[in-house]
Amino acid sequence: MDRGALFLDTFFKRELIARYLPDILKGMVVTIEIAVAVVITGIALGLALALVRSLRLRLINVPLVVFVDVARALPPLVLVLIVYFGLPNVGILLPSYAVLWLVLSLVLAAVAEEIFWAGILSVRKGQWEAARSTGLGYAQTLFHVVLPQAVRLTVPPLTNRTIAITKNTALGMVIGVPEILNQATTAQSFSFNATPLMMGAIAYLVLFVPVVIAGRWIEARFAWRRA
Amino acid sequence: MDALLQQFFNIDIMVQAAPLIFRGLGMTLLVCAAVVPLGLAGGLMVALAGRARSRAVRVVVAVLVDIFRAAPPLVLLIFVHAGLPFAGVRLTPFASVCIAFFLNNSAYYGEIYRAGLDSVGAGQREAARSTGVTAWQAMAYVVIPQAVRNVLPDLVSNTVEVVKLTSLASVVALPEMLYSADMARSLTYNPSPIVLAAAIYLVLLWPVVRLMSRLEHRLGG
Repeated sequence: MDRGALFLDTFFKRELIARYLPDILKGMVVTIEIAVAVVITGIALGLALALVRSLRLRLINVPLVVFVDVARALPPLVLVLIVYFGLPNVGILLPSYAVLWLVLSLVLAAVAEEIFWAGILSVRKGQWEAARSTGLGYAQTLFHVVLPQAVRLTVPPLTNRTIAITKNTALGMVIGVPEILNQATTAQSFSFNATPLMMGAIAYLVLFVPVVIAGRWIEARFAWRRA
Repeated sequence: MDALLQQFFNIDIMVQAAPLIFRGLGMTLLVCAAVVPLGLAGGLMVALAGRARSRAVRVVVAVLVDIFRAAPPLVLLIFVHAGLPFAGVRLTPFASVCIAFFLNNSAYYGEIYRAGLDSVGAGQREAARSTGVTAWQAMAYVVIPQAVRNVLPDLVSNTVEVVKLTSLASVVALPEMLYSADMARSLTYNPSPIVLAAAIYLVLLWPVVRLMSRLEHRLGG
């Protein structure tokens, strides 16, 4: 067999593509479901935490900052393993996809909180004072004056970090979530061929290359122009 | 509460696992010492190639950067470690980790350098050139130092991500800190060793995370 044929036989074997395509597609659905769930809960929780932080209550803010720092300093895989192997021992049984969703949501929430908080801080004090002096309440000022300005600044960094964190759905493979990478490695071990891994890699590219390109467009569109 | 402590903060088990975990920490630091410089150098090459005069080079670099930013690092790692042997390329776990993370990190660092290079005005290069230095000298002594200074917070923050990334090496059985901790966990049926590893990651990275968030708030304000 010449080199080209050998390459095709190793990475793009036609029978195997046909046999394992349904599994990979199933994995893609799982990856998309978990990624979407993580983005929604993570960003919502992050925004909520940033709003709570803006109340500046020391009793709440100290544990909040500790949570954010810890979630940012620990590798996500470490958190996944602690939750996955730890919770059953204290009587909480979660399916593996729920563990992955929970951990990644918390990590994204921590990162999003930092970014939203930096955004809120970046809105000048005069904006608060001007809004309050027109008779708006605290919440009205926050929602109608400060957040619209803050969120615009947060879009580029938030997009980047969100993409990076949703890619961590691949960590599900380690605890047996049937996402793309898990399907691909399982298929690879049955077929003893690298084709399923190549299919898995391509599946990720199909999902995430458009996201990366969209992310770059958003970054340019919302670029923070330094004065 | 007591059950919780027994499960997650079991001191006896932590003490037992400590030697193994600290040996793992050594490997983690070794991996960092390899992949951080590789990524920083690769990223600089990517950023410079991204401004090459040849359009073909620029397009190829842009496509590669997008591919390696889109593929999750764990996917790259598994592909290199479990896929390449079928093509006759058999690598040690350490080499697999270095190659996979070099590809991923170069793309990420590259994007940061690119922003840094863009932030240095063309006048800097022109002024340097007009004093008679070559294009490469102007780049190396005038443009790059300013570019790096402008994006230093992003470089530091990405380096924290790289250090966290090294925990993925446990999946390909490289005996770094998380791998050692997980081995201790499976022997003791108790997640405390992983909590100990987490504590060590925290000691290493928390100061940097704290510093970064102060820098970010100052930039915002």
